[in-house]
Amino acid sequence: METKPVQFKNLSREESYGYDRKTLDYIRNAAAHGLYEIRGMGAKRKLPNFDDLVFLGASMSRYPLEGYREKCLTKTVLGTRFAKKPIELDIPITIAGMSFGALSANVKESLGLAATEMGTSTTTGDGGMTPEERRSSKILVYQCLPSRYGFNPDDVRKADAIEVVIGQGAKPGGGGMLLGQKVNPRVAKMRTLPEGVDQRSACRHPDWTGPDDLAIKIQELREITDWEKPIYVKVGATRTFNDVKLAVHAGADVVVVDGMQGGTAATQTCFIEHIGIPTLAAVRQAVNALEDLDMKGKVQLIVSGGIRTGADVAKALAMGADAVAIGQGVLVALGCNGETYFQNGAHHDAIADYNALGTSPGFCHHCHTGKCPVGVTTQDATLEQRLTPAVGAKHLKNYLKTLNMELTTIARACGKQNVHHLEPEDLVALTIEAAAMAGVPLAGTSWIPGQGF
Amino acid sequence: MERLTFDLATQPLRELNTFLHNDAKDGKARHVTVLNPDGAHNIAVGLDCPVEVEIVGHAGYYAGGMNKAASVTITGSAGTGVAENMMSGKVHVKGFASNGAGASAHGGLLVIDGDAGLRCGISLKGGNIVVGGSVGSFSAFMAQAGRMVICGDAGDALGDSLYEAVLYVKGSVKSLGADAQYEPMTDEDIAAVASLLDQAGLDHDPKAFKRIASKRSLYHWNADANQEY
Repeated sequence: METKPVQFKNLSREESYGYDRKTLDYIRNAAAHGLYEIRGMGAKRKLPNFDDLVFLGASMSRYPLEGYREKCLTKTVLGTRFAKKPIELDIPITIAGMSFGALSANVKESLGLAATEMGTSTTTGDGGMTPEERRSSKILVYQCLPSRYGFNPDDVRKADAIEVVIGQGAKPGGGGMLLGQKVNPRVAKMRTLPEGVDQRSACRHPDWTGPDDLAIKIQELREITDWEKPIYVKVGATRTFNDVKLAVHAGADVVVVDGMQGGTAATQTCFIEHIGIPTLAAVRQAVNALEDLDMKGKVQLIVSGGIRTGADVAKALAMGADAVAIGQGVLVALGCNGETYFQNGAHHDAIADYNALGTSPGFCHHCHTGKCPVGVTTQDATLEQRLTPAVGAKHLKNYLKTLNMELTTIARACGKQNVHHLEPEDLVALTIEAAAMAGVPLAGTSWIPGQGF
Repeated sequence: MERLTFDLATQPLRELNTFLHNDAKDGKARHVTVLNPDGAHNIAVGLDCPVEVEIVGHAGYYAGGMNKAASVTITGSAGTGVAENMMSGKVHVKGFASNGAGASAHGGLLVIDGDAGLRCGISLKGGNIVVGGSVGSFSAFMAQAGRMVICGDAGDALGDSLYEAVLYVKGSVKSLGADAQYEPMTDEDIAAVASLLDQAGLDHDPKAFKRIASKRSLYHWNADANQEY
């Protein structure tokens, strides 16, 4: 039997950094299929994020509020610039735009029920407004997307606010995508498409091309709604400083900035991982843009993309956001990536269904297949029954409630009677990268990289 | 009141649109004439009742945008996105139309007596468009449903990434877009073209039109999915 000298054992199994097993797998997959990988969810790579920031709680130099007794306001008003009827939310945590098509009708209803109970808003998506979500949502934001699938003036009039979507954090510069297996008869009808087509939405709006055009488009939406409803403009985070300024110039009441951790139901992996900037960097740029225009507090900022916890919400607000929007966290609260689903009063094992997709709970990003083992991102008549609106709404309400409790606890510890009083001065960074991106000092120093010593 | 005149030289646009959304819907006027539009944007947008609006002169962007049930006539030319996302009713441009005319219209009829600019009928979703003159490049891009009748010529990439919309062209086509193809005219096509020309009040021989529809080769990913070697 041939044996190698013992000292070569590790060297002969050294994995290449550039051509590690993941990369080899990618190349082999590309060679076998001749097609880029499409998947759901957001960026999986490690990115500077809100975990790299910590709060400076009150101590000698600041005075904290009693955690359970003293009032801490969370009321949030959006759309005060031009709209006759601004949006009033009880909490600064909203549900991000996700389409019926990507999500089942049951899920859309769950979102509406939970958001209504918590006094916050939900958002439609690429594919139009369903009666279920309008009925269940007290405050519903209606998206105007490049595809204009299902977009119609009756729903514009039914909406509480309108969000013109320029881009999405998971895929700035790209259009929506919904693979054939999710284009069932109802989805196809709403989108005026043949059943079962691999639907790729346009990435540009059909009737305007630049910020000057957008200003006229926004005016049209205002004229149609007699200047009642707030108009949001949503951008995927890239050149955020300039994009936010242009959105304000175009007449937005509210700007939504979606960082690269933001999710999607189906997009090319190369988009998800390689286009856009982290949310942390985008928030700073967006706030700088508003301050530069003296529009802070006049145009509201909603931040999304990787907001998971109450601490994330608090940090986004401290950096200058007026509210956050959550997509993936919401889906996880509904059961996404869970080992079981709850049906007919009992938990059922879903692991075999994950395995059939070639994955396991905790790793699943197969929203694009429409075969969601827990019934969240599906249009399949059997699978969608795995999440009922009432059960989903209960979990989501608990999740939002927890986030809000964490948010107010942190605000009180920083001595704030209103979560909107959190400020950048309350934050420091744990890494040089996060300090530079967020524009707050590295902990224990007064150093903000990029802003001199 | 049967007839009413709005003069945009002295009355604000918002007043006109609010009137059309509320009072006109309540039956307070059946016919509204708009004077001195002077290229103002967003005239008569979001109408929701069978009122007749005549815009005497040129309109800016999105004239008759998101129209439902109303009949809007522009005696001059129209800017970008005329009758965009129309649901039903009729919009008639007696002059020329700029880019994105009838974009994403779900229903209704858009008639343009003159030429239309780029991307006419882009993302069309069931509406019908009749253009008396020619259309610019990328017209009917990703058009999903509905019909377009073009009495003049078409620019480059006509019908690129077409879904189920059908295009009829009388003149020359500079080039077809990806996935668009010529198909034989059937009796049904000839009848459809004749009917649309009649509704548009244009006199052409329906048999002189060519039919363009989708090859449907882009409906699914063209990769060798799940191949094994």
